[in-house]
Amino acid sequence: MSRMGGWSRRYLHATRTIANLYDYGLQVEQKIQQQLGNSPERVRMNLFGAINHALATALETNDRAVVFGEDVAFGGVFRCTTELQQRFGGHRVFNTPLSEQGIVGFGIGLAVQGFHAIAEIQFADYIFPAFDQLVNEAAKYRYRSGGLFDCGGLTVRAPCGAVGHGGLYHSQSPEAYFCHTPGLKVVMPRDPVRAKGLLLASIRDRNPVIFLEPKILYRSSFAQVPLEDYLLPLGKAEVVQSGEDVTLIGWGAQVQVLCQVAERAKEKMNLSCEVVDMMTLLPYDLETIAQSVKKTGRVLISHEAPITNGLGAELAAALQEQCFLYLEAPIFRICGYDTPFPLANEQYYLPSLDKCLDAVQQLIHY
Amino acid sequence: MATWQHSSEMLKRLTERIQSKSSLSCHLRSLAQFGQLCLRRFSWSQHCTSQKICQSGFLHDSHSLLLRRYSASGSEYYFPGAVGAPYTDKLELIAGEKEGRVPCFRIMNEYGEISSNIAKEYHPDHQMEPSVMTSMYQHMLKLHVMDTMLYSAQRQGRISFYMTSFGEEATAIGSAAALETADVIFGQYREQGVLLWRGFTYRDFCNQCCGNALEPAKGRQMPVHYGSKELNFVTISSPLATQIPQASGYAYGMKLSNSKNITVCYFGEGAASEGDFHAALNFAATLECPVLFICRNNGYAISTPAKEQYRGDGIAGRGLAYGIDSMRVDGNDLWAVYFAVKEGKRRILQTSRPLLLELLTYRGGHHSTSDDSSRYRQKNEIELYSERLSPLRRMKRFLAFRNCWNDEMDEKYIEEQRKELLTALEEAEKAPKAPLEDLFHDVYDQLTPNLERQKTMLFEFLEREKHPTHFS
Repeated sequence: MSRMGGWSRRYLHATRTIANLYDYGLQVEQKIQQQLGNSPERVRMNLFGAINHALATALETNDRAVVFGEDVAFGGVFRCTTELQQRFGGHRVFNTPLSEQGIVGFGIGLAVQGFHAIAEIQFADYIFPAFDQLVNEAAKYRYRSGGLFDCGGLTVRAPCGAVGHGGLYHSQSPEAYFCHTPGLKVVMPRDPVRAKGLLLASIRDRNPVIFLEPKILYRSSFAQVPLEDYLLPLGKAEVVQSGEDVTLIGWGAQVQVLCQVAERAKEKMNLSCEVVDMMTLLPYDLETIAQSVKKTGRVLISHEAPITNGLGAELAAALQEQCFLYLEAPIFRICGYDTPFPLANEQYYLPSLDKCLDAVQQLIHY
Repeated sequence: MATWQHSSEMLKRLTERIQSKSSLSCHLRSLAQFGQLCLRRFSWSQHCTSQKICQSGFLHDSHSLLLRRYSASGSEYYFPGAVGAPYTDKLELIAGEKEGRVPCFRIMNEYGEISSNIAKEYHPDHQMEPSVMTSMYQHMLKLHVMDTMLYSAQRQGRISFYMTSFGEEATAIGSAAALETADVIFGQYREQGVLLWRGFTYRDFCNQCCGNALEPAKGRQMPVHYGSKELNFVTISSPLATQIPQASGYAYGMKLSNSKNITVCYFGEGAASEGDFHAALNFAATLECPVLFICRNNGYAISTPAKEQYRGDGIAGRGLAYGIDSMRVDGNDLWAVYFAVKEGKRRILQTSRPLLLELLTYRGGHHSTSDDSSRYRQKNEIELYSERLSPLRRMKRFLAFRNCWNDEMDEKYIEEQRKELLTALEEAEKAPKAPLEDLFHDVYDQLTPNLERQKTMLFEFLEREKHPTHFS
């Protein structure tokens, strides 16, 4: 295992503390067991370590895999590409000039030739110069050529989400923009075990994938991650914790908040909450969440991105269509407000534990 | 590698280059790569042994070594952003708009005569078989016939849209003939001549323009968005300039695969204003990608004339800023285009670096069938360029001097081609459309659950529509 220490240049540490490793999420464990047997060798890693490990595995298993982006050569500002250049050479792991549209366009070109092009956008907040390349090019390559050409080997990684002191331009969660684009897949992991399996699956998927990494988790989320190569299926949600009374739906770092909500709801209200992690945001797993909502009849969807036209709106619409007669209360959403991401008032902006808990209470007493 | 060593190596390379400068009479800007030196810590030649090399190498350099690197002599300090920039005690500015212009390489004048100063290696009579010369001209004629016919087909409502290459026949055929089919093309939208040269048939063109089931993209794109896997022509997309950084990436992949071929990317002078153009050239220069950028500077971006598009010396003038060798060529001279592309490819393979080629030409037709260019340019301007500078006329005269071609042959050939195209168009019109299911296919490699649901819903709706209920 490569060196995990060292500090990110820009973010010395995350300020928000995250609850310790929880043992929920049996489905992923079963998937890993199917692939690696009962007791694969594991090492304790944080999220950036798991990403680093997945990238190394991708480079090791395919000599036509390349990793590139701004500052990736020295290990990346979040240390995700640590020591990859030393291990795999400057021709496969390299810095690019500072241009997001250049990075994605370049990656598409490589992927059209059959490479696994793994691009890093330093912050999801800065992905927008590449919007055209992602939305008009990557997403439509196969469709517009009738399958003559595709860029399925493209994976664009980008750190996203709140970090405690990121303000407008180091905190955004832009998943909804990309979830509105047929042809793209959008993935967001919630912990190191999911991060490794989902990233490897994204890299090997035959469609372009935007892989959003909640940066708050890079250093705060730890898990015993299998060292071997394993994949977690894209397009599948995971029931993190099963329950009977309310379904809590989230993704990325928000899943941890929802797990805490479930815990507190149990203590305070003796409620049993089912927590679902979407994991893949496009195409999303409607079946799993609809099944859960049919069981509980009450649902709370929560994400950091602004509420209006966020992915929660789509899930709510699809759920009411599937589960109309099962619903005991309107579908609730606790999300970010329709403001730019604030700095001084971040804690009031975020869909916090208390706001979610309050919503659960309202759902129950509706 | 220490920057100082690196810069001396680059200086050596540069000197060698200047010494070996060939007699190509077009202006070739051999650029000092000093600006790139300091930050290019990983030269390509190192990649095999680069396991141990990382920039942390310089963290271990001694103080004296660092000093030596950044201060080669008492009067020259090496800033990382522009290594080798000498000090001066005069405040000078570099003129943004220079008096001089990058010269435009030409072999054959507008009367079809070859310049007497042309070196043997760029002289068609010494380098080309008469049969190939005739074939090149015939392809230009084919392109002209196809454009004329499909343009009228659009006017008659038989196809929905079209874009002609009038006046730019030499840019497409000249460049295509100088390349191999294994060289991969990323085009803009006015490069149908390249496909024609590579063997795309009238049937293929007409199938795409009619959007029938026989064309690979199953009628999903507007006319002229051609693509061919076997002819290494990446499917055209409408957004401008997006193909340019993709070409840089593709070329980088070809280099990693040790390919003996290059990537060729076409675009117009208007597209060169997009951010993608700048990103692409900068990436190709810094990452040393074997890509040939061909700018068809035809003077207009829809209605916007070049003088409202940019201020500098065209597109070739930009090569200097990116550290990319560039050439400017008369795009209406088939031979100049042909030999410049040939030479460009040779250099790209030799140096593993990109090259920028600007072809000066004139858009003889409207931007597209949705455009009427008489609203923004004068008729006599079009006549002047289209007749006096016509690449077809020039080539016809050239062949006539050599008794390879005459007016009679011209008429006969055009008539044959018209018939052939008409047959292809009629067949393409009759061919069935792709099945409705194809609406949902190829979005992803497999149908996703949401697409499955939507497909079912559409077919259920159509079924209900067949059996009207109380609503109707």
